[in-house]
Amino acid sequence: MVDQFAIVMSVMTLFWGIVGGVVPWFIPKGPNRGVIVTMLVLTAVCCYLFWLIAILAQLNPLFGPSLSTEIIQYLRWAWD
Amino acid sequence: MVFRSEEMCLAQLFLQSGSEYDCISELGELGLVEFRDLNPSVSSFQRRFVSEIKRCEEMERILGFLLREIQKAKIAVPQEDESPLAPPPRQVLEIMEQLQRLEMELSEVAKNKDKLQRNLLELTEYTHMLKITRTFIHSRSRVSLILTQPLYEEFPTMETDSATGSTGMQRLGAKLGFVSGLIQRVKVEAFERMLWRVCKGYTILSYTEVDESLADLDTGEISKSFVFLISFWGDQIGHKVQKICDCYHCHLYPHPENDEERADVLDSLRTRIQDLNNVLHRTDDYLRQVLQKAAESAYTWVVQVKKMKAIYHILNLCSFDVTNKCLIAEVWCPVSDLANLRGALEKGSRKGDATVPSFVNRIPSSDTPPTLLRSNKFTTGFQSIVEAYGVGDYREVSPAPYTVITFPFLFAVMFGDLGHGVIMSLFALWMVLTEKNQNKKRSSNEIWMTFFHGRYIILMMGLFSIYTGLIYNDCFSKSLNIFGSGWSVKAMFTNQHNKTVQTNALLTLDPNVSGVFSGPYPFGIDPIWNLAVNRLSFLNSYKMKMSVIVGVIHMSFGVVLSVFNHLHFRQKFSVYLLFLPELLFLICLFGYLVFMILYKWLAFSARNSSQAPSILIHFINMFLEFNLVGLISQTGMQVFLLLIAVMCVPVLLLGKPLYLYWQQRGGKGLRRLNISCTALQFDFADVLLHQAIHTIEFCLGCISNTASYLRLWALSLAHAQLSEVLWAMVMRLGFKVTTEVGVVFLVPVFGLFAMLTVSILLVMEGLSAFLHALRLHWVEFQNKFYHGTGVKFLPFDFSQLPSVFEQDGLL
Repeated sequence: MVDQFAIVMSVMTLFWGIVGGVVPWFIPKGPNRGVIVTMLVLTAVCCYLFWLIAILAQLNPLFGPSLSTEIIQYLRWAWD
Repeated sequence: MVFRSEEMCLAQLFLQSGSEYDCISELGELGLVEFRDLNPSVSSFQRRFVSEIKRCEEMERILGFLLREIQKAKIAVPQEDESPLAPPPRQVLEIMEQLQRLEMELSEVAKNKDKLQRNLLELTEYTHMLKITRTFIHSRSRVSLILTQPLYEEFPTMETDSATGSTGMQRLGAKLGFVSGLIQRVKVEAFERMLWRVCKGYTILSYTEVDESLADLDTGEISKSFVFLISFWGDQIGHKVQKICDCYHCHLYPHPENDEERADVLDSLRTRIQDLNNVLHRTDDYLRQVLQKAAESAYTWVVQVKKMKAIYHILNLCSFDVTNKCLIAEVWCPVSDLANLRGALEKGSRKGDATVPSFVNRIPSSDTPPTLLRSNKFTTGFQSIVEAYGVGDYREVSPAPYTVITFPFLFAVMFGDLGHGVIMSLFALWMVLTEKNQNKKRSSNEIWMTFFHGRYIILMMGLFSIYTGLIYNDCFSKSLNIFGSGWSVKAMFTNQHNKTVQTNALLTLDPNVSGVFSGPYPFGIDPIWNLAVNRLSFLNSYKMKMSVIVGVIHMSFGVVLSVFNHLHFRQKFSVYLLFLPELLFLICLFGYLVFMILYKWLAFSARNSSQAPSILIHFINMFLEFNLVGLISQTGMQVFLLLIAVMCVPVLLLGKPLYLYWQQRGGKGLRRLNISCTALQFDFADVLLHQAIHTIEFCLGCISNTASYLRLWALSLAHAQLSEVLWAMVMRLGFKVTTEVGVVFLVPVFGLFAMLTVSILLVMEGLSAFLHALRLHWVEFQNKFYHGTGVKFLPFDFSQLPSVFEQDGLL
């Protein structure tokens, strides 16, 4: 089984890498080129970082969720 | 918009005397340059073009009067899209003449109308008086039958006494006089009392109220009046009555002698009133016609006069060169616009009638030029929030292009809710798509205009909020389960544990049990946490660490930007003596903190969770237990990092002052020319003091600013909790009612939920997060590299000049 974490990691890194590193080369020359390139790079960095922090925080959980027994009963039936 | 402000130059314009007006007009249309005042010591009354400005102001006065009249008549003033050019001086006299003629006509017509209306009012009052006194006479005659009726028959002749102005009748030797008229209602009782006291019962006063309320002639108020009839005996009494009537401002009208005369007078009055009404109607129509015609060209005149006045103001700023017979103007001009400037002057010269064309001459200057940052409709909003803190120094790195993304991002971290983000984005999208119409409408509601000007900011904030809402997995306080949760309840509580499940109220999933935790949720926070009781324990830890990481990276970015400033202003030494110590201090201490956070996330799992150290305690111990003895790998590295950080402080404190001192003393490897531009009076103590303040500010600021970024955690927690409370207290109540009544009940409940969401969660929380994100930018980010003590470039541009009439709401 391919590791789900590895797939997700590579997909997201690739996506934001393209947005921040590849798309800026295709922006046409004009007065706004500088601003648009800055915006793309910053967006890629901020969004990737935010996603990365969220997934790294959950990678090795030190404790699990406490659920009330009603919810446990429901989830046993509803979620696989 | 560029990363630093535009390069500016000081230029001298030589305007030939025939074409200066046209040249300035061209420059005003283009809005290229800022004029400097070359006559600062001259008062405004002594300048060259004072008479022309006075003429413009006279025209503005007439235009103001005209616009007020047009507004009173409720005629709309059509506005054209293209604004007209400033008129040449020859045309000015024509416009002036037209305006003066209009003013005279309008005031004459207004005066006439006033007179006619007074007349009408008098006649109306007279009519009322006649009608009502008729009832007096007849009722009195009924009451005092014997006395008055034979009186009328016995004494048919009556004389009008010219002295008292009242008709009189002979009765028993004494004359019976009548005085009739109208008096205001508020004065009636006092009037009656005065009459009684003065005339000692020799008068009879009868009065009734007029049904119709009439407008008072002088004040224009609508008030009730009373018609009165005084009958008295004797001349002396007559005089006294007359005086009292004058005193109480009564309107007196001649009393008719008998019924026929009364009927005649009534008839003639009726026809006269009809005539007057006709004339008044026609006057109104004529006035309206005049105003309509004036309204067609009112807008053009207003704009033309405004432009003219502006041009003369600018001409006043120029100095007159007698030898060359031309005006000299000094302007700040962006270097990239010099060609346009030349073109504009040529065009102006061609339009005017000068033989020699005007030209531009660039001159060197040691003054600091103003700062110009070009922006389009998208970046203007972000530019203005940066400039609200301070306009950048000349050629300083501008934080605005980065603010375009980091500001909405930090807002979204604090606001993070998918549903609210969607609503905000849609609202902003509506404003953006209808911006042409809104610009035309030009509403005067300030709050709405503030939101409208920030429409692109709100759009960006909304879009980023959608992204962070997806990561936080929060949509109106509910989570979305798109990819399948990483936690499995089935694996934890198999059929063996049925008894455990039934006997306990709360059970915890243990990630150590195999199969319970299968991996992190691929995009965002796992949806199971929304159902968990200990949700906040996990989220708080996650959000606090996230805030610190984001904060340290943001601040490091700010410090790195200062390098560009140092390099541009050719202070390479600052890179080694300011930037390097600052960055090392920040990275060694807080970069290490970030490293510890990441290491703890990666290295410790549920298996060795009991050994997982508390990062905060560890960090504090790094400072407290400073001993060189313990050289186990981790402690040794910590000691090493702390040493580096501590050594950076004196470098930061003393490096720059000592270097400048050494430079001033004539240090080797430097050319004297480099330092000639820096202050010739090099004050070592001053520089040292400044540097000490900067060092203390930076070092202590690092700690406080990092902690300040924890507001990202605090506000996002507050938002999530408010959202949850709203759902639990409002919406869930609507869902709980299960009968058919519940369906109907759900409608007002949803209405309440929607209203509270918009007002509390969108408006209040939105403004709060906006403010905090702004503070993080202004203080924590910008004080690492931005000075913001510059002056903004204000070009002479007609479209930027405010119109007095617009402010008054007349146009």
